[in-house]
Amino acid sequence: MTTAVRAADVGLIACRICGLVMQRVPVTSLPTACARCAALLQARLPRSGERTLAWLIAGVILYIPSNVLPVMYVSGVGGGEESTIIAGVLSFWRAGSWDIAVLIFTASVAVPATKFLTLGTLLWTVHSGTSWARRQRTALYRLVEFIGYWSMLDVVVVALTAALLKFKALGTAEPRLGIVFFCGVVVTTMMAAFSFDPRRIWDTPGDRA
Amino acid sequence: MSTDTAGDPRGELPTPRVLRRRWVPSLVWLVPVIAVVLGATLVINAWRTAGPRVIISFQTAQGLEVGKTLVKYRNVTIGHVTAISLSSDHNSVLVSAELLRTATDVLTADARFWVVRPRIGIGWASGLETLISGSYIAVEAGAAPARKTEFIGLETPPPAPHGLLGKSLVLHARDVGSLALDAPVFFRRFAVGHVIDRELEADGQSARVVVFIDAPYDRLVTRATRFWNSSGIDLTLGADGLKLRTQSLASVLAGGIAFEMAPTAQDVGPVTSGAEFTLFSDQAEAMAPPDGEPRYVRMRFTQSLRGLSVGAPVDFVGVNIGQVFSVDLDYDAQRQSFPVIVTALIYPRRMGKAYEVLEQNGTATNEDKMARLVGRLVARGLRAQARTGNLLTGQLYIALDFIPGAQPARFAVDARPLQIPTAPGGVQELQQKLVSIVDKIDHLPIADIGRHLDADLVGLDGALGGLRTEVLPAGTAAFRSLGKTLGTVDHALADDAPWRDNIDQTLVEARSTLRSVRSLTDYLDRHPEALLRGRHPSQSAVPTSGPQSAK
Repeated sequence: MTTAVRAADVGLIACRICGLVMQRVPVTSLPTACARCAALLQARLPRSGERTLAWLIAGVILYIPSNVLPVMYVSGVGGGEESTIIAGVLSFWRAGSWDIAVLIFTASVAVPATKFLTLGTLLWTVHSGTSWARRQRTALYRLVEFIGYWSMLDVVVVALTAALLKFKALGTAEPRLGIVFFCGVVVTTMMAAFSFDPRRIWDTPGDRA
Repeated sequence: MSTDTAGDPRGELPTPRVLRRRWVPSLVWLVPVIAVVLGATLVINAWRTAGPRVIISFQTAQGLEVGKTLVKYRNVTIGHVTAISLSSDHNSVLVSAELLRTATDVLTADARFWVVRPRIGIGWASGLETLISGSYIAVEAGAAPARKTEFIGLETPPPAPHGLLGKSLVLHARDVGSLALDAPVFFRRFAVGHVIDRELEADGQSARVVVFIDAPYDRLVTRATRFWNSSGIDLTLGADGLKLRTQSLASVLAGGIAFEMAPTAQDVGPVTSGAEFTLFSDQAEAMAPPDGEPRYVRMRFTQSLRGLSVGAPVDFVGVNIGQVFSVDLDYDAQRQSFPVIVTALIYPRRMGKAYEVLEQNGTATNEDKMARLVGRLVARGLRAQARTGNLLTGQLYIALDFIPGAQPARFAVDARPLQIPTAPGGVQELQQKLVSIVDKIDHLPIADIGRHLDADLVGLDGALGGLRTEVLPAGTAAFRSLGKTLGTVDHALADDAPWRDNIDQTLVEARSTLRSVRSLTDYLDRHPEALLRGRHPSQSAVPTSGPQSAK
């Protein structure tokens, strides 16, 4: 694999949109566009590592209040209660709905944490230019992209509950500040995954852009 | 930048240094900065609103839950319980609570904390909302300037909140009856306060009851006010009959205290909070004029005193002046008899005017003078008698009365307590009366009466014989003519009587009329418009005049 010829090595560049392979213009100071679809040509996503890192850091910071602050306020007969994500998971677990508890825990706690770790690892390995386990790392990136879809589950749960549970005095559910932060976590981690350029995993140390 | 001039000048020329592009931070770094700012704002906000932590010790943590139980001041949430732990000696529960910063002022040194749980009493209920919402800790700020953060929680809600207008009064009682905490205090059957504390005195001989009288009723309490226990049903079965007294239905069950002004009061000055009063056991006792020092008298009865109980009244010419203190059995070795020794408490002050007179000439205060006076009274026939106060129950009371023709008795002037001679009375007297009645019945000429009655019956028999021969035949004739009359009536009512035909005919006509009415209603049911527009010619004819008249 590592012996395969890279497009950059033979002065070629492919359009990311329409797939047209063109000769690379040696002048690098000006941006180039695809001859067929006029999309901007980029051998690698610009400042990919830096951007990913920025989004990732923002995500980690937001992750703290999203777990500490209550995400939902549920009031029943005789009083209300604000609950954090973990408290909600625990109450589901104690109530016997272990399946829902596991689902919420996975979507709300495990998935973001996995994303942080995965993207952090990917960033670090790309930065150090190691050729270690490139294939697995690519698979890891695909995993991050895949689980990204499911990260919004918790937000949807809160939104649905808040919309459905409206019985005035008998019971209401209202979203709380924590869910906004959680939403922020989901968005920032998605942006981080989006900013990361998996092709860099395969770059040899010399040709980092 | 030195220039060497040798060989190929091109080769000699220095190559420009390639500058590394200076790192310009991407705009994307704004995102984590915003995240940090948001987070920091939250932290600062939390830190700013975080108020004091308090530790409250309770006997039990019943109903308290970490994170759930709230601390409320005037029902406004000012904090929540953050931890519950046992004290080091395991005798109490330490409840830590985090309060809002704005609640700092509540934590005065005399602030009171208690757990609001549902409490249901007779006539009142509180904290019922906590049945569903769960208990909470209520706090009440005091007025002390000092602050502290460790408190001892009250086990029951404070009876009289700080700042509640009114007076708390201390009542001393021998017996608190069925008085419960929070039991009402009545004034003319209005609940004007409640019991806030009750405890035994240190010596265990009496009880101390603290009541709180709400403003503005507290000014009804004066130095002349008498308090009495209106607990439960006051059912007295005494020599003067059955007495049932209650204050209100609630006080029947939960007990209560009533107060009123003593009728003979002279000092009606106001009282201050904390004033002390006596709690009497009933209204009569409370309203009675002060008894003053009691005196003991002793009486020796030779009869059975079944029905005489301790506390039975002692009357002096009909006025209650005391009560029986003890009833003891004695043994008279000479006569081989068992006399009953009754000791009674006499309150001379209850004699009213008479006492005042005695007081003026010094008799009331001098024991010897008193004894001599009693001696003279005994000589005039003063005797103690056990009398039946209530025939139904056989309760006895002691009556001091002048008995005309009493047997002369010896009076020991020097004996203390005074010995008052007795006279047979009460049951004994009654027995004697019964015996005399039986004697009288015995002497009735019952045989003579029977003989006269017999002769009377013979006369009555003769009278009835006359009745049989003269009155009965006339009666038979009368019955016979009555039978004839009834026969005529019977004939008139027979099947073939002419008026029956008439009735039959009338009924037939009535029936056909009803049929017409029914067909009219049927028609109207189908064609209600006929009421307004009349019958349409094509519609079926109805043999009535109804539609026409409705036209």
